[in-house]
Formats: sequence, structure tokens, C-alpha cells
Amino acid sequence: MFEIIAFYLFSILTIVMFCITVFTNNPLYALSSLAAGMIFISAFFFLLDAEFLGAVQIVVYTGAVMALYAFGMMFFDALSIVKEKINNPRLVFLLSGISALIIVLIFVAPIASGNIEAQYPVHPQWGNSQDVGVVLFTKYLIPFEVAAVMLLVAMIGGIILAGKKMDISYSELSEEEIDALEAQTVEKDEK
Amino acid sequence: MSINAYLILSAVLFIIGVVGVIRRKNLLMLFFSTEIMLNAVNVGFAAISRFHGDLTGQMFAFFIVAIAASEVAVGLGLLILWYKKRGSINLDTLQSMKG
Repeated sequence: MFEIIAFYLFSILTIVMFCITVFTNNPLYALSSLAAGMIFISAFFFLLDAEFLGAVQIVVYTGAVMALYAFGMMFFDALSIVKEKINNPRLVFLLSGISALIIVLIFVAPIASGNIEAQYPVHPQWGNSQDVGVVLFTKYLIPFEVAAVMLLVAMIGGIILAGKKMDISYSELSEEEIDALEAQTVEKDEK
Repeated sequence: MSINAYLILSAVLFIIGVVGVIRRKNLLMLFFSTEIMLNAVNVGFAAISRFHGDLTGQMFAFFIVAIAASEVAVGLGLLILWYKKRGSINLDTLQSMKG
């Protein structure tokens, strides 16, 4: 009973939040509703006995990813309106309908088969975190290390990409020097 | 709850993400829509993991979270670079890339 009520409550909340994200024109609303939707998604992981995944969802998505987006939005004028007129709306709706149908088929296909054998079975007496730890550090150790290297590479790449042309620190310059620099860049742009 | 309910929810969330990717021209919204799609798939993996008593689904969900995090780091860096170059986050400004 509890699971049914929780499932429907959180499904409705998540779907509404993600619909706001997709359909709103204000990036700040989109960011906030996306963060809220991520939190509600973690509720499903707790319902599905994947407590560790639920905690990771809150920590990584709402803690790290959303903070990164909020930080990144400071670098550009995110509130500027982007024109989103699509030339052929009928084609768009047809494409989205077809892709939706394909996705539903993809999800229905494994239910029709259903003779799946558990390779790494769940041990209820251990608890989810210990279970995940044992499987992650025995069977999935190499993918885990590869993921760590990938995160390192992505971090360095992100820093280098975002930090380009940031060799001048405005906080260390005086007002006159900043004015001179800006006049220079305006001249460059006019050329 | 049966596995079908969770998989249908996962499909619905994925479709919301797909609609966002097709509809939006704001590059930031495109990133948000991909996040929605990745999350929807994670819910599906967790549900299959629970109802088949197998931990592989949760493992895949973890790696998807790692991939999403690195995608955000690199993608946001590229987005900031593009904004510095063009002063816009409209997808149409990327059309100058077609040779």
C-alpha cells in the first residue's frame, strides 16, 4: 500500500517537474525544476531497494551537476531569450511520435522474454551498500578504474575549455587598466 | 508495484527528454533534456535490477551517473567557449559548422 501511494505520488511529481524543465522558457526555472525532479527520482531508487544509488543520485546530481550548471550559467547570459521557432512543426511531432513508439517497444520487449537469470544475485542479509561494494570491486573493478580516469580527463578538459582566454585577472587590475583593456577589445571586435 | 509500472514511468520520462531534445534550440535546455533521458534510463535499470534480483542493473546505473557527470564537465566547458566566441547559446548558430 505504502509503495503504491509513494510510487504514484513521486511519478506525478517527477513528470510535472521534468515537463516544466522541458517546456519553460526561463533557464532558472528549468534548472530548479530539474534539480527537484532529480531529488524525486532518488525516491524511486529508495523504493527499489537501491539505497546506495539513491544517495549517489542526490549527491552527484543535485549536489555536483546542478551546482556545476548554476556555476556555468554565470559565464553566459542565460536569461537571454532564444528564438525557438521550428520551421516544420508537423515533422517534429511525427519524429517525436515515432521515437516514442520505438522507445515503448524497446521497453516492452524484455518483459515479453522474461527468462533472465541473475548473475550477481542480491543478498538481502548484507544490505545494499555492501552488496554493491562487493560486486563493484570484484566483477567491475576495471570499468570502475576506467570511469575514474574518464572523470579525471573530463575534469581537466572542462577546466581547459572553460579557462581559455582567462589569463588576465580583473581583480588585480586598477580601474584605468581595465578601461584600457576593454577599449582594446572593442577595437579588435570592430576590426 | 510490478516491473511494468516502473518501466512505463521510465519510458514516459525518456519521452519527455526526447521531446525536449527535439523541441528546444537553447543549448542549455538541450543539456537538461539529456540529463532527463539519462535519469529515466537509470530508473529502468534499477527496476530491472530489483525485480530480477540481480545487481548488474545498479552497476550500469552507476556508470551512467559517472558518464553524465563527465558529459556535463566537458559540455559546459564547450558551451562557455562557444558563448565567448559567438555571444549566443542558440543551436542555430552552430550551423556555421557545416563545411
